[in-house]
Amino acid sequence: MKIGVIAIQGDVSEHVEALERAIEQRGEQAELVTIKHKGIVPECDALVLPGGESTTLGKLLIREGIADEIRDMNTAGKPIMGTCAGLILLATAGDEQVAKTHQHLLGLMDTKVNRNAFGRQRDSFEIELELPFLDTPYNAVFIRAPGIVESGNDVTVLARIDDMVVAAEQGNILALAFHPELTLDTRVHQYFLDKLF
Amino acid sequence: MELEKLRHGTELIKRGFAKMQKGGVIMDVVNPEQAKIAEEAGAVAVMALQAVPADIRKEGGVARMADPQIVADIIAAVTIPVMGKARIGHFVEAEILEALGVDMVDESEVLTPADNSYHIDKTEFTVPFVCGARNLGEALRRINEGAAMIRTKGEAGTGDVSEAVKHMKQILGEIRMLKGMTKEELIAVARDIEAPIELVMETAEMQRIPVVNFAAGGVATPADAALMMRMGADGVFVGSGIFKSENPELMAKAIVEAVNNYDNPKVLAEVSKGIGAGMKGISVGSIPDEDILQNRGW
Repeated sequence: MKIGVIAIQGDVSEHVEALERAIEQRGEQAELVTIKHKGIVPECDALVLPGGESTTLGKLLIREGIADEIRDMNTAGKPIMGTCAGLILLATAGDEQVAKTHQHLLGLMDTKVNRNAFGRQRDSFEIELELPFLDTPYNAVFIRAPGIVESGNDVTVLARIDDMVVAAEQGNILALAFHPELTLDTRVHQYFLDKLF
Repeated sequence: MELEKLRHGTELIKRGFAKMQKGGVIMDVVNPEQAKIAEEAGAVAVMALQAVPADIRKEGGVARMADPQIVADIIAAVTIPVMGKARIGHFVEAEILEALGVDMVDESEVLTPADNSYHIDKTEFTVPFVCGARNLGEALRRINEGAAMIRTKGEAGTGDVSEAVKHMKQILGEIRMLKGMTKEELIAVARDIEAPIELVMETAEMQRIPVVNFAAGGVATPADAALMMRMGADGVFVGSGIFKSENPELMAKAIVEAVNNYDNPKVLAEVSKGIGAGMKGISVGSIPDEDILQNRGW
């Protein structure tokens, strides 16, 4: 098994380390690759789009020619997880902020997102979040986090904060507005890996 | 959802924000037009300030926090994070920047220090801070005060990258030297570099400082930016290097691409072509001691 982490910008090493811990815990073997250029995504069995600045990531995914490879991967039904900026990039539509910067979206998940739905960095927060696939709450870290404001029929909502969807699934895709890679709790990464192993 | 259950301004959130900037370029801007150019070029954040370091150096006088109106205009102009500079020890400037909604405060030696003995107690803020450091002791003292991100000081406004190189090598070298040391040896180091033993031990164990470490000060070309990344920087701040160059749009984009392709000389050669002249600059060796900015802070 080969798991790719998009490594153009953002907290890449944190995802790699979280995946390594999670894979070791389940006694599996997998190769982890960081991806900055085209040609590597097609070899991967699963992919993670990390947190970072979605404007920057979107521009460089196109410039580097990786965006189309991710679309092909989705067509093939391989597991893809997007966290924070990753959730924005996966969406089909964005708010006026997204339009203002002519942001490139991959459009893989039938969702409309609101960038910085919870405000600026001073409004960033941690919260004990209930997730349907976990017995006890998960300490979720939201940093200038986005939220899903509209979603299609194929999208399963996993968690909300107020009227904002912060975790959702559509087939092979898992989208999270928070950062499971910033804590040592690997349960969310395990849930993603369940789609692969 | 019970909103009182939200926890704001924790160390995890502050350090987490800094981690989201990794692999990116943060650009100094003095107005909304420049901020838009930076965003369009692919900057991960902009640093709002009154004048770029090259102009601060030229103009002399007391350099202070930017006009709040300019900061507010820049915040309104872009969707990427906006940072702002406060003087060392000037906690009120930092509070004003926080109130304006900046995403990170740079307690910066580029501005004239407000306090010659103490830095800001950064643990009192919800907004995260970045501070400059020339060596491991300075870096760990700033982290102990609550900094969520460290950058090299370099020598701002010169376009001469040599001091940033020196600081990065110094910090990384000091970290390597901690490897394999016994606890008593680490205690001796902590005393020697005037840093808390807990942070020295954490650094020795992780073989890196516990927060993100960027390069700053004198970065003026795509090659300079790539050099700092090759050395082990988590990302790069560019001050005067962009808007004091011949063609800021091309330079900004080239530096972003250089940071993304820092390990590929062929790509670096391509992105560095035809972008116009870099900032003129001034070599650090020719600056009188009293005009050196990096000596501010301790």
